[in-house]
Amino acid sequence: MTRSMTYAGAALEALREAMQADPKVWCVGEDLGRGGVFGQYKGLREEFGELRVSDAPISEAAIMAAAFGAAMVGTRPVVEMRFADFALCATDELINQIAKARFMFGGQSRAPMVIRKPMGMWRSSAAQHSQSLESWYAHIPGLVVAVPSTPQDNYAMMKAAIAADDPVVYLEHKNIWANEGPVDPDETYSWGTARQRHAGSDLTIVSWSDCANRAELAAKTLAAEGIGAEVIDLRSLWPWDKQAVLDSVARSGRLLVAHESVAVGGFGAEVVATVCERLGGAFKAAPRRLGAPRSLIPYAPNLEDQLRVTTDMIVTTARELCQ
Amino acid sequence: MTAANYDTARGTALLEMMERIRAFERQAELAAIRDQLVLGAIHLSLGQEASAAGVIAALRRDDLLLSTHRGHGHTLAKGADPTAMMAELLGRETGCCGGKGGSMHIADFDVGMLGANGVVSANIPIGAGAAHGIKLLGDDRIVVNFFGDGAINRGPFLEGLNWAAVFELPVLFVCEDNEWSATTRTATMTAGAGAAARAQSLGLRSESVDGNDVEAVADLARDLVDAIRNSRQPAFLHARTFRQSGHTYFDPASYRSQAETQARIDADDPIERQRETLQGAGLAKDQLDAIRQAAEAEMVAALEAAKAAAFPPDESVFADVQDIGSPEREAF
Repeated sequence: MTRSMTYAGAALEALREAMQADPKVWCVGEDLGRGGVFGQYKGLREEFGELRVSDAPISEAAIMAAAFGAAMVGTRPVVEMRFADFALCATDELINQIAKARFMFGGQSRAPMVIRKPMGMWRSSAAQHSQSLESWYAHIPGLVVAVPSTPQDNYAMMKAAIAADDPVVYLEHKNIWANEGPVDPDETYSWGTARQRHAGSDLTIVSWSDCANRAELAAKTLAAEGIGAEVIDLRSLWPWDKQAVLDSVARSGRLLVAHESVAVGGFGAEVVATVCERLGGAFKAAPRRLGAPRSLIPYAPNLEDQLRVTTDMIVTTARELCQ
Repeated sequence: MTAANYDTARGTALLEMMERIRAFERQAELAAIRDQLVLGAIHLSLGQEASAAGVIAALRRDDLLLSTHRGHGHTLAKGADPTAMMAELLGRETGCCGGKGGSMHIADFDVGMLGANGVVSANIPIGAGAAHGIKLLGDDRIVVNFFGDGAINRGPFLEGLNWAAVFELPVLFVCEDNEWSATTRTATMTAGAGAAARAQSLGLRSESVDGNDVEAVADLARDLVDAIRNSRQPAFLHARTFRQSGHTYFDPASYRSQAETQARIDADDPIERQRETLQGAGLAKDQLDAIRQAAEAEMVAALEAAKAAAFPPDESVFADVQDIGSPEREAF
């Protein structure tokens, strides 16, 4: 039965149900006992106890490594990194150990882990608490990269991530914890399938995470002006739904990719390059990317705003593409 | 001088394991230098066989082991098949990792060997995590986690030991102190009183031992392993030893005096010491030589079998990366 949930609450419900169904699922991270920094674990300690909802020292490397060791012996950890920025303290553990173990040990081991990294700009959190680094992880063989944008997807994708036998880098956007939306628990998620957030045939807008929400708003504005934008929310960056994007651009002939992370070397470049390689002659206009300038995220709100990819920017760029 | 109640069978088994480890590594060295068949780096543990043989003799087959880039001895002692290990060094299909890992990522999960590691210190918190998993699953296995003295200067040493202590995990940390951090003397780069003192400062039971005395190592390891199995608390074993070879097989160790190294080898080789112990216990030199010859014959045969094995099929490069978004379906 469909219920209204917040983005944070939907993942919490998915985690609770997964822990009820499988005693090998457990979670570990700083401050989880009191419900997690953003309340994403609220009530789980009371229901499942301190062994399965484990606090941790401020030791990101050990949290990641210990969860990996526990995964290798058959448990299914959900790892909380608190902020995506702090997860950089556990880079060797994720990139050199977890992502490679199954391959370099010739298939003898698995790392069924969900690695939660709250990411993105909210307000005035400055350079070390605001980053969007999803393209780094898409670059690493062995990892699955999830970037949910709605309560529905945060529910269904969390379920799918916990069920996966691969390590899943699970990037939730901090700015939308409180967003409410309908969640149908029976709607399943299949990796590498995008969601059409808005229909239209004049241009294709590809986005993910919170930026996909802005792209949907932009499409509504554009529709009122008579410009039909198909908004494709990729939902996962590895694997990613090439076919949905290619099919859409084949119809529209125009492509805009919008993401909050730095444009240079961002995953938008991968999307544009792929479409150019496959559909070279089909464009009615040169593809565009919208991403943050290659600068650092500041504290002062007016400075911070200069790095944001806004709904207005998506609208303006879409108009330019359709001229 | 050997005590009247000396356990000759155990002493002989310890010598056999040390001889097998050394013979394996001598053959690996020949495969690399003479045959040019080991293309990547291998890190030999010549002179450090006593800690591998002595500690792992205290384990059950279902206990778990993690090791380092210098991990052939530990892997062999845990029960891995030397032919599959040698094939892995040669990058063959029959290698224990299908030729994908090589020496630095050798692993044999069937015998509880959860992997050597190419990153110094990285296995320390992973091993603590394996013990964390055991605690969650509720069984009575323990984990042994080997690393060198160089590892104590990386953060994962602190984080991993602290983790094991605060979560009360059944893990034995074994620091094989061979005095060298790659090609730099560890003492010149290490503050304070060293590995055992650092473990002690975190509240771990921490013991030091002459790591070239395999009997002493085995006695201490049995004591610590029994304590860990019963108490479910971590402990720390510091084995003082000496790396007889260079950092890698192609490192001539020109940064240290050849004469000093040779003097250390002549005076304090763990295998020669154990041969003397067993001779003191009444074994004949012929019996001891037969142990050595059997080990050599086993490892010569392992190398021959590895040489005869095929390289892995090209398409296996895309296998076992990941299920979701597997490169077997789409690598680009």
